[in-house]
Amino acid sequence: MSILVDKNTRLVVQGMTGSVGQFHTEQMLAYGTKVVAGCTPGRGGQSLMDVPVFDTMRDVVKRTGANASCVFVPPPFAADAILESVDAEVPLVVCITEGIPVMDMIKVRRVLDSQDKTRLIGPNCPGVITPDQCKIGIMPGHVHKAGRIGVVSKSGTLTYEAVGQLTALGIGQSTAVGIGGDPINGTDFIDILKLFNDDPDTDGVILIGEIGGNAEEQAAAWIKENFEKPVAGFIAGRTAPPGKRMGHAGAIISGGKGTADAKIEALEDAGVKVAPTPSDMGTTLQSLL
Amino acid sequence: MNIHEYQAKELYRKYGIPVPKGIACMSVEEATAAAKKLIEETGNEVVVVKAQIHAGGRGKAGGVKVVKGVGAATEAATDILGKTLITHQTGPEGKVVQRLLVEQGLAIKSELYLALVVDRETRRIAIMASTEGGMDIEEVAASTPEKIQTIAIDPAVGLQGYQIRQLAFGLGLSKQEQKNFSKLITGLAKLFQQEDCSIAEINPLILTEDEQVVALDAKVNFDSNAEFRHNDFWNSVRDLSEEAPTETEAKEAGLSFIQLDGNIGCLVNGAGLAMSTMDTIKYFGGEPANFLDVGGGASQEAVTKAFRIILQSDAVQGIFVNIFGGIMRCDTIANGVVAATKELGLKVPLVVRLEGTKVEEGRKILDESGLAITSAATMAEGAQKIVELAKG
Repeated sequence: MSILVDKNTRLVVQGMTGSVGQFHTEQMLAYGTKVVAGCTPGRGGQSLMDVPVFDTMRDVVKRTGANASCVFVPPPFAADAILESVDAEVPLVVCITEGIPVMDMIKVRRVLDSQDKTRLIGPNCPGVITPDQCKIGIMPGHVHKAGRIGVVSKSGTLTYEAVGQLTALGIGQSTAVGIGGDPINGTDFIDILKLFNDDPDTDGVILIGEIGGNAEEQAAAWIKENFEKPVAGFIAGRTAPPGKRMGHAGAIISGGKGTADAKIEALEDAGVKVAPTPSDMGTTLQSLL
Repeated sequence: MNIHEYQAKELYRKYGIPVPKGIACMSVEEATAAAKKLIEETGNEVVVVKAQIHAGGRGKAGGVKVVKGVGAATEAATDILGKTLITHQTGPEGKVVQRLLVEQGLAIKSELYLALVVDRETRRIAIMASTEGGMDIEEVAASTPEKIQTIAIDPAVGLQGYQIRQLAFGLGLSKQEQKNFSKLITGLAKLFQQEDCSIAEINPLILTEDEQVVALDAKVNFDSNAEFRHNDFWNSVRDLSEEAPTETEAKEAGLSFIQLDGNIGCLVNGAGLAMSTMDTIKYFGGEPANFLDVGGGASQEAVTKAFRIILQSDAVQGIFVNIFGGIMRCDTIANGVVAATKELGLKVPLVVRLEGTKVEEGRKILDESGLAITSAATMAEGAQKIVELAKG
């Protein structure tokens, strides 16, 4: 088993006909993901790489039974694309788009919180992968290996780093989830940890956070009370100067809050073993098995 | 993105938020004329000369002067303009004052605090209000948190009357003041949403003897993700002299760059990996010279540009390239590294760690280049090597 996606996932790509969407659709198809539709307004009736394109998400769901969406729509239109999928009651929406205004995400989050049909992963994330079954997003598929460790992370390349280390150690992954580094997103650490907790085929988890906000502290408190499996952690940004936005819109230490040290302390207090450097994420998890 | 106080106040006026009469000035002559005009218009001899820099704490650093008469205003302008202000937000090097705001003086009855921010926890716009205006709000939050009231705006229905009343009663306002406050905060909430702000702060918000509520100071930060909605306006208020030139140059090349104090330059793909590369360098006893994320789809040219930006700092004694190729292909990076090394005649040690997509091709390109490039298998190994090499 796994969480969120598996071989039965039927994917629609919103923004498939754009250059980024097209490139990654090709990669997802090559990995074996069942891409059943594309959605680009005005391109309905066409097809690309033998995948039919539709004008609206309602059409997509009605005609193809898609149960997951991957959003590559540019920032000015991305919130609208997410909301269209919520309207069509697509169970899983993975938004890769980077640079969505926070004002748009406040509205999207408000809509998400008022319903229970759709879960959003991201935005500004690498996506979700269950190795050898389904890849939704932009991660390099070949570094993954099927197995029993879950990965959840705010950072794209650090997820690849963790997965690559696990694979090199011969430890496979159940599912790897990038939740994104924006200040307001769809799914936080706790949501994913709950799923991993309930998944009989996940034996342990690597959790990767970064400076800014307090999602890591909240996750630590939840782990302490509820999580039954071993967790290895890493927090990026120990040396980041306050007041500077480190790439991700959410990665900023302001008013003395959101520091790496506070997050590491909270995680360690919850029994999470925190890797001293990012190169030790795999071996730290291994030591807990 | 940051703007100056006088620009924020112009925006406030547009949304019906009362601010003092004021004139932005670029020279002492302009400041003198402005003071004269304000005194004539208001019949009040008191004017305020305020330094315009993108940092708080100006008052304490001597960047704000309340004076009486045109002569004193000229004197204050002469003193402040061109001065380097060092505040807790400027860094030790400080900021040179190039613009002034000359304003009418107002009779202050009391000082309040009002701010709108994006609250990550409630995922809404939060309004914070306090009777402790004019103080460092972080200090108030730490020592007397009960003196800060917070409400959140529900995006589905907007700011509600009861929320405004809650704040107004909490601030102890009179009936007339409540009416004025309600108008001001409604305007500020509208401004915040329509202009895509990340912060809109008024400290102090003052009550005058005649029960007016006025924004004596004004701070506005914009959410840079929303630039596409405000291109023309933001370009018209952007003050490039307030932004680090290398950071601006990097942004134009599609790179995310922040200058730091150390001696080891970093070139990395991905923000999280870039941050943790800095952390790893520090872990092994080195000091990173920068944060640099080349992003997911950087070209060979962008890599060369990144090298050039890193090498603009004389402090750099070594460079660490750390790439985990996802979308980014290692052969593209390798070609960029080789091209940049040849073009710029690299004189400092270079350690390269490549992993991920097309890694074999990338390593081969580096090996066959004949250049003095040290390769590393992991991030930790690479960081250790560059820290050693940079010591000389």
